Amino acid sequence: MSSISAYGAYIPKRRLPLPLIGGRPATPGAPEKAVAGFDEDTITMAVAAGSDCLAGTERSVVDELYFASTTSPYTEKQSAAVIAKALNLRDDAHTVDFSGSLRAAGAALSAAFNAVSASPDKTVLVVASDSRLAAPGSPLEQNFGDAAAAFLVSSEGLVSFDDCFSVNREMYDIWQGSRDRHVQSWEERFVVKHGYNEAVRDAVCGLLDKLDGTISDYAHLACYGPDKRSHRAMTSMLGLNAGQVADPLFGRVGNCGTAFAPLLLVQALEQAKAGERILAVFYGDGAQALSLTVTDQLLPGRRPLDWQLNNRQAVRSYQSYLVSRNLDANADDRQASGGISATVHFRERDADIGFIGARCNQCDTQQFPATRVCYGCFAKDQFTDVPLSALTGRVLSYTKDFFFPSSDPPVIAGMCEVDGGARVYLQMADSQDCELRCDLPVEFVFRKIHQAGGKPAYFWKSRLLDQTPEESTNG
Amino acid sequence: MAEGIRDKVAIVGAGCSQFGENWDMSPQDMIVDAAYEAYQDAGIDNPQEQIDAVFCGAVYPSRGTAEVAESLKLFDRPVTLVQNYCATGTDAFRCGVMSIAAGMYDTVLIVGFDKPKDRGVSGPSVMMGTARGLPMTPAAWFSLCAAKYFETYNVGREELAKIAVKNHHNGTLAPKSMLKREITVEDALNARMISWPFGLYDCAAQSDGASALILSRSSLAANFKGDPVLVKAVAISLAPDPQSDPDFDFLGWKPSQYAAKDVYRQAGIVDPMKAIDVAQVHDCFTLTELLTYEDLGFCERGAAKEHIESGTFALGGELPINTDGGLKTFGHPTGATGVRMLYENTLQLRGNAGERQIKGATTALSHNIGGAPQTCGIAVLGMN
Repeated sequence: MSSISAYGAYIPKRRLPLPLIGGRPATPGAPEKAVAGFDEDTITMAVAAGSDCLAGTERSVVDELYFASTTSPYTEKQSAAVIAKALNLRDDAHTVDFSGSLRAAGAALSAAFNAVSASPDKTVLVVASDSRLAAPGSPLEQNFGDAAAAFLVSSEGLVSFDDCFSVNREMYDIWQGSRDRHVQSWEERFVVKHGYNEAVRDAVCGLLDKLDGTISDYAHLACYGPDKRSHRAMTSMLGLNAGQVADPLFGRVGNCGTAFAPLLLVQALEQAKAGERILAVFYGDGAQALSLTVTDQLLPGRRPLDWQLNNRQAVRSYQSYLVSRNLDANADDRQASGGISATVHFRERDADIGFIGARCNQCDTQQFPATRVCYGCFAKDQFTDVPLSALTGRVLSYTKDFFFPSSDPPVIAGMCEVDGGARVYLQMADSQDCELRCDLPVEFVFRKIHQAGGKPAYFWKSRLLDQTPEESTNG
Repeated sequence: MAEGIRDKVAIVGAGCSQFGENWDMSPQDMIVDAAYEAYQDAGIDNPQEQIDAVFCGAVYPSRGTAEVAESLKLFDRPVTLVQNYCATGTDAFRCGVMSIAAGMYDTVLIVGFDKPKDRGVSGPSVMMGTARGLPMTPAAWFSLCAAKYFETYNVGREELAKIAVKNHHNGTLAPKSMLKREITVEDALNARMISWPFGLYDCAAQSDGASALILSRSSLAANFKGDPVLVKAVAISLAPDPQSDPDFDFLGWKPSQYAAKDVYRQAGIVDPMKAIDVAQVHDCFTLTELLTYEDLGFCERGAAKEHIESGTFALGGELPINTDGGLKTFGHPTGATGVRMLYENTLQLRGNAGERQIKGATTALSHNIGGAPQTCGIAVLGMN
């Protein structure tokens, strides 16, 4: 039996109030969307969701990592390999990118179920993440949001996979050519009527036929929707009442692309009780419907959706959002330089991406990054790797650097002591609205540090553990 | 215990170029200005015959040894480039001192120089060659002690501002300083923020400059024109990177503490506050100067605040510090700075420091700290 044994999600803290896009002021309670910060992208969000999902799970049990997205930062270079490194998965974990369609997450999830059905000893981590760019000022920009979700698939989970059914459809509804900067779309009514409505109906009916079931078998629906109205029309056409439908979060997160149905599936999993069934529907170049049965309630990752929805900070202005996405005219000039050295990056990948420190076998002194000779007892080459990313730590000291170039100054940086004693100099994420003091507890998050030379350069940042989840607009 | 260098070597000549944004001067122009002032001071009229060896210090990309040899036409003899972060000038001096003490040479020229203003940026260069360790800016590094020190000893930006005010005042009295403008505590507190808690006036400026010294074997010092100033001690010490040091306390800098221990041992100094009459310390940032008061044992840990209030380290105070305005008003052409401090201390000990003269000074200390910071150089000079 193939099943979901854990799940997690990530919604970036930053929110863009939608009125700002039209040049209007953001009134309290205005609709908004989640936007990746200047130091976040598809990969860092995937790492955050993956680590939320894997909280409490030994990382070495993961045999395969399937990553689904339409917005990998690379045209040629695998994102799953970066994510596997950042999550400290095994070197022999099989990594795969699923891309090219909004339906990629459904494809990744069903592939994982099939892989575990074929080899019941296998554990597969599926992560979907998207951060799609719409043309500034376009209706799609109002619609798109950023988020990620992750599922651990094994034969021992509490939510079992029943079956799935998919249809493919060739049409230009939503697409992005290899040279397009932004997502393109055809006229909305055409897209909904002949794309979304028909494909979703066919996939759901096909699945019900296959299972010899009816829609009333399902207590929860996690269904992609191109927009709020079309989503509501679809769910009522399927005959489900509002209480059974995962809130599509328009006006809070937005249409998060490949991660959209997965994020709603996380919501359904948080609510589902023993014996209930969940229908998940993925859309893009066709549609895929997937049926799950809950044998017992499966608890969420470390950060339930409610926490993530409430942990928010409104971006200062539309301009600051454009800058953070490199949509302003000057951004590329600022970052004109060679960027990271591929050879240095290669040598340092365990430290920089894996966040691996070292513990001296003789005196237990911990250090980051690993060096050859111990600070404490001067023993040479007597170290054991210590993964630091899932640990917590505390602030030893900090500064706010207004000089270092950033699209969102100042850069908050400081020294942290990781539990166990390793000292690390790190930038601080998502903390500009927080009061800083020495000794405050922190966790560690994977972020994009810069993209000088067109090469995204990732490293870890600290983040205050007690992020006060309350209204704030001074970011 | 090694024999050491105490009193074996004397400074017999000192020179210094104008420090500033020397857009119209090449590195060679500044090296020539500094070296020929030192020649004149020492009464050297035939350097090609009289200089046995050259030790130079420079950090920014330059032609290094060839820059010095070509500008002064000093060929057919050793010219060595020394680099040790911000302690580069002090370490070039140290190498020259050791070469004489070892019996290798009788007369040595020390040249410290740097020309950061040819890079086209107003502050330090921004490095983007890594993802880790950013922001890699001196202000971010040197501010790392601020939060912890402030919380522990109830100190704030006002104390830092008073150090900037003092050094700006002293700089108005030094002919070769770059900034000659008095500032107020309010100016410093209201200036734009660079890296908290450092506002603009808490930071040393970037400038171009060169300084030079002529060293002689003490027994031969009478052959030169100027009053000889004896080298009592010189130390360089390295400490772990504070960004990975597992037991760093963020209340002071280890490199300074290590080098101070060594230099006081060499010079036989037990109570530095009593023994030292004037000091030039590395005020790359105001907090660096504050921590140095304590790291060098001029006062107890946490006591800097009361001494700043009482004016202990002002020109008229018990131990005047940065009598020429320091890095604050000279700027910090890295290789030149340590040698510039030795130039100022030479003037002070000979009684040639003009309006900023500390009366009766017989023992002077100079101090550089650099890297993240990881290295420190300290030199003690004396008249007898």
